[in-house]
Amino acid sequence: MSGIDIKNVSKAFGTTQVLDDVSLQIAPNEFIAFLGPSGCGKTTLLRMIAGLETVDAGEIHIGDRRVDDLPPGQRGVALVFQNYALYPHMSVADNMAFGLKNIGVAKDEIRRRVEDAARILELDGLLARKPGELSGGQKQRVAIGRAIVKNPDLFLFDEPLSNLDAALRMRTRLELAQLRRRLKATMILVTHDQVEAMTLADRIVVMKDRKVQQVGSPMEIYARPANVFVAGFVGSPSMNILKATIQDEGGFAVAIVAGTKIATRVPMAGLPASDHWRLGLRPECVKVSNDGHPATVEFVERLGERTLVYAKLSDGTPVTAEDAGNSRVAMGDAIHLRIDGARAHLFSGTGDGYHADEAA
Amino acid sequence: MGARAASRQWSNALFVAPYLIAYLCLLIFPLVSGMGLSLFKADLFGGREFVGLENFARLFKDTVFLQSVANTFYFVLLTVPPLTVIPLFLALLLNRSDRTAAIFRGVFFSSSVLSVTIVTLIWRMILMTEGGLAANIRHAMGFDAIPFLSDPNLVMISMAIITVWWCLGLPMMLYLSALQQVPQDIYEAAELDNSGWFRTLWSITLPALSRTVILVAIFQCVLQFQLFGQPQLITQGGPNGASRPIVLFIFEVGFRRWDIGYAAAASQILFGIILLATLIQYFVTSRKQVSS
Repeated sequence: MSGIDIKNVSKAFGTTQVLDDVSLQIAPNEFIAFLGPSGCGKTTLLRMIAGLETVDAGEIHIGDRRVDDLPPGQRGVALVFQNYALYPHMSVADNMAFGLKNIGVAKDEIRRRVEDAARILELDGLLARKPGELSGGQKQRVAIGRAIVKNPDLFLFDEPLSNLDAALRMRTRLELAQLRRRLKATMILVTHDQVEAMTLADRIVVMKDRKVQQVGSPMEIYARPANVFVAGFVGSPSMNILKATIQDEGGFAVAIVAGTKIATRVPMAGLPASDHWRLGLRPECVKVSNDGHPATVEFVERLGERTLVYAKLSDGTPVTAEDAGNSRVAMGDAIHLRIDGARAHLFSGTGDGYHADEAA
Repeated sequence: MGARAASRQWSNALFVAPYLIAYLCLLIFPLVSGMGLSLFKADLFGGREFVGLENFARLFKDTVFLQSVANTFYFVLLTVPPLTVIPLFLALLLNRSDRTAAIFRGVFFSSSVLSVTIVTLIWRMILMTEGGLAANIRHAMGFDAIPFLSDPNLVMISMAIITVWWCLGLPMMLYLSALQQVPQDIYEAAELDNSGWFRTLWSITLPALSRTVILVAIFQCVLQFQLFGQPQLITQGGPNGASRPIVLFIFEVGFRRWDIGYAAAASQILFGIILLATLIQYFVTSRKQVSS
């Protein structure tokens, strides 16, 4: 079991900087997800760990070995590619055995490991088939099998579920979680799908614009976003971010949005001086009610177990609210919204997030 | 209902009719009429007389024809393997995006755009015994000139060298385009699998190119069986018939001796040889693919 230490890593393609002074520690046996929008540098960072991209500056350590100057094959990592990257003319068994043959593992040992992996991944009957004869899900399992047989120190997954349909993605997600429990290895998953990151990872690394925005457990990222980007990116539908002014009432910040006061539990003591405050409210903290802030319904999304109501406050500020699954709210209706200020967040002009004390 | 469906199907044939008419008039009709012609003793400007298979019987006893068949097979053996393998290595070397590779791709392809007249002119200046480039170099080194074009043992090899030089470009481009179809992530997976340069070439690249190798081999086979321009322009089939291929024989019989029935019969034999060679290659390689 090896941990990973990424120290001040930077990378540019030509004049385009893709990673800027990124540092990160990953504990042995930890499952980490790199989450971020397209172009944020998450795949590049993964490929740098794998050795498929060079490191312009900084160091990467796996266990106690510095690996950034080693070729990919000598880093003790296995990568599951987004498009599987199976060798098309080799059988499933040969695909899994190829890496082991190249390092001179004994034939009996190769057969044992391939059969073990095939059993774990339910590929038993498919070992003689070529990749062209497999479904997308089966190919994905072969790609994972190819990684397992190597007994790597570190598993890397580059958006492994993005090519699967919705039902298969959910099933494979579950399988990945079970696999992780069985293998007890350090794993890094790159994804732009927050559900994958939230459900699989011990910790999530949220990235944007060449930098790490926040590292934390899924609930920490969700409940205490470090900045306005993380707040907006994680959670579906996105957090409402409303322009506000703040004032002190009893040591806690009260936000004034569209002329109405929303009492938060964010302590005034920790807040910097800022002219441009924004109030962050998850849709589940804004409920359709008989009284409260007046709003007009713009659009209604009925999801079955709940209804999402996209409304506008009296000053035109858009806000997303929740209602019961059997809501009768319709487009154009005048409604009232009850806002749970105790779970609200504040973001300063620089975008930094401030939250209620955890005990509160 | 059935009749209506049938008439609708026939009206669909109108879409393919223009191609079909051109195909029938320009390919099938000449092919069939050539087959018919081979059964006649016919003069280019005179009458014709049905002789059955006599033209074919004559051909199999005609030493000039048999020599041209042997020459053609020898030439195909000399040219098709290098024209299948050398462009493959060139493509492997030049499958990069830097400027040097682009220049060399252009250089190697440039010979393909020349006409056979220019190609033979260039190579005659290189190979001729009196004042040729090769002869001058040999003289400067104190040796005698090699009679590339007048030695019966060397002349077909010379034709093969000229042809390989001339025809390298297209197969190289076919290989390059096939190489660019191989997804980059397969090579990255191989890197992570500790696969060295040769192992990657042998286990990843070459299997990915196998269809193109077959295509190039069949294509070159068909092409080189039809050798004509190079010996016609450089040696006129000499010395002593040593560089006369089947097509040159057909040309001489048909258009110099005007015996077009006999020439047509020789054409049918060439057609049969090319068809057979192509089918054999196709079946051998497709069976190998299935078994692998």
